[in-house]
Amino acid sequence: MSGVDPVDRFVDHLLAVGFDFFVGVPCSLVAPVIRELTRRGRYVGETREDAALGVAAGAYLGGRLPVVIMQNSGLGVSLNALASLHLLYRIPCLLLVTWRGFEGRDAPEHLIMGEKMGGLLDLFGIPYRAPAAEALSADVGWAAERMRATSLPAALVVRPGLFA
Amino acid sequence: MTLAEALAEIVPHLRDELCVHSNGYISRAGCAARDRAECFYMIGSMGLAASIGLGLAVAQPARRVLVLDGDGNVLMNPGALASIAAAAPPNLLHLCFDNGAHASTGGQATVSDRVRLEELARAAGYRWVGRVESRAVLSRLAGEFLAREGPAFLLVRIGLGPPGPPGPRVPHAPEAMTSRLRRALGVER
Repeated sequence: MSGVDPVDRFVDHLLAVGFDFFVGVPCSLVAPVIRELTRRGRYVGETREDAALGVAAGAYLGGRLPVVIMQNSGLGVSLNALASLHLLYRIPCLLLVTWRGFEGRDAPEHLIMGEKMGGLLDLFGIPYRAPAAEALSADVGWAAERMRATSLPAALVVRPGLFA
Repeated sequence: MTLAEALAEIVPHLRDELCVHSNGYISRAGCAARDRAECFYMIGSMGLAASIGLGLAVAQPARRVLVLDGDGNVLMNPGALASIAAAAPPNLLHLCFDNGAHASTGGQATVSDRVRLEELARAAGYRWVGRVESRAVLSRLAGEFLAREGPAFLLVRIGLGPPGPPGPRVPHAPEAMTSRLRRALGVER
C-alpha cells in the first residue's frame, strides 16, 4: 500500500510536486529510494554522475522535471556539467545527493567531500537543504518551488539514516 | 571531406529532427549550416551530447533525435554508448564526425585512428552501425541513415580541414537555446 512506508511517501511526494524523471548513480544511503523507483519502472541507472546530469538535461529539454540521484563523491564528477550546462543554460534538476562523510564518521575516502560538500554547493550557488525526517516533506516542496521560480538546480542532501 | 562538406550532405535531409550538437567546432559548423529552433548547441559540458540526446529521445518518443557528435566527445564519455544501447530508443540517431583530433584546441590527436569508435557502438549493442569515409558515399547514405530505426550510429570520417573555426560562435545565449527548443516542443511552462 503506497503512502505508508517513508520511502513510498517520499517517492509519492516527488511525483505529486511534479518530478517525473529519475536518473542517477547509486549510493547505499538512497538504495531504498532507487529500489522503489525501479519497482515503479521510473529509474534509469547511469554510468557517471555527469552523464546522469546530461540525460536529465535532455529530459528537461523534452518537457520533464528531473531528479538526479548520486553519492556526494559524484558531486565532484558533476561540477563541469553543472557549471557549463545546467547553470549556464538554466536547466533545472533536483540533485538528491547523499552525505557520506557526515560529521567525520565514515570510511576515509568520504571524509574530505563530506566536509566540503556544503561549501561546494554554496560556491556554485546551488541552494540546498539537508532535512531531518520530519522536514523532508516540506523540503521536497521547497525544491520544486525553487526550480519553478529559478529554472536552476537545487539539492536535497540525504543524511545517513534518512532512508538507510 | 571537411566538416562543412559532411554537414552539407546531411542538412538537406533534415526535417523536424531534434538535433543536439556537441561542443566545439561541431556546434559552430552546425549552426552555420542551418539553424533551427529544434537545434541545441552545446558550448560546454564536453562529452555529454549523447547523454543529452538520450534524455531527449526518452522524453520525446514521438520525435526523432539526432546527436551530432565528435570523436573527442565520444571518447570523453564512452559510457553513453552503453547507456544508449541499453535503453535502445528507436528514435535516436547518433552521428559522429571523426577527424581524429581535438580541432578547436589546436588539432591535438585523439586515438580514433587506432580505436574504431563505431566498433565500440557495435559492441555496446546499437541496432545499426556504419562507417563512411568519402563524401560520395555519405551523399548516397545520409537520407537512408536518417530514416533508420535507432539506436543507430554512423561514423563519418572527415579531415581536419583548414585551420581556424568553421563558422562564427553560436550567436544564441545558452538560456535562449533552452527556451526556444522547449517552446518548439510545446513544453515551456
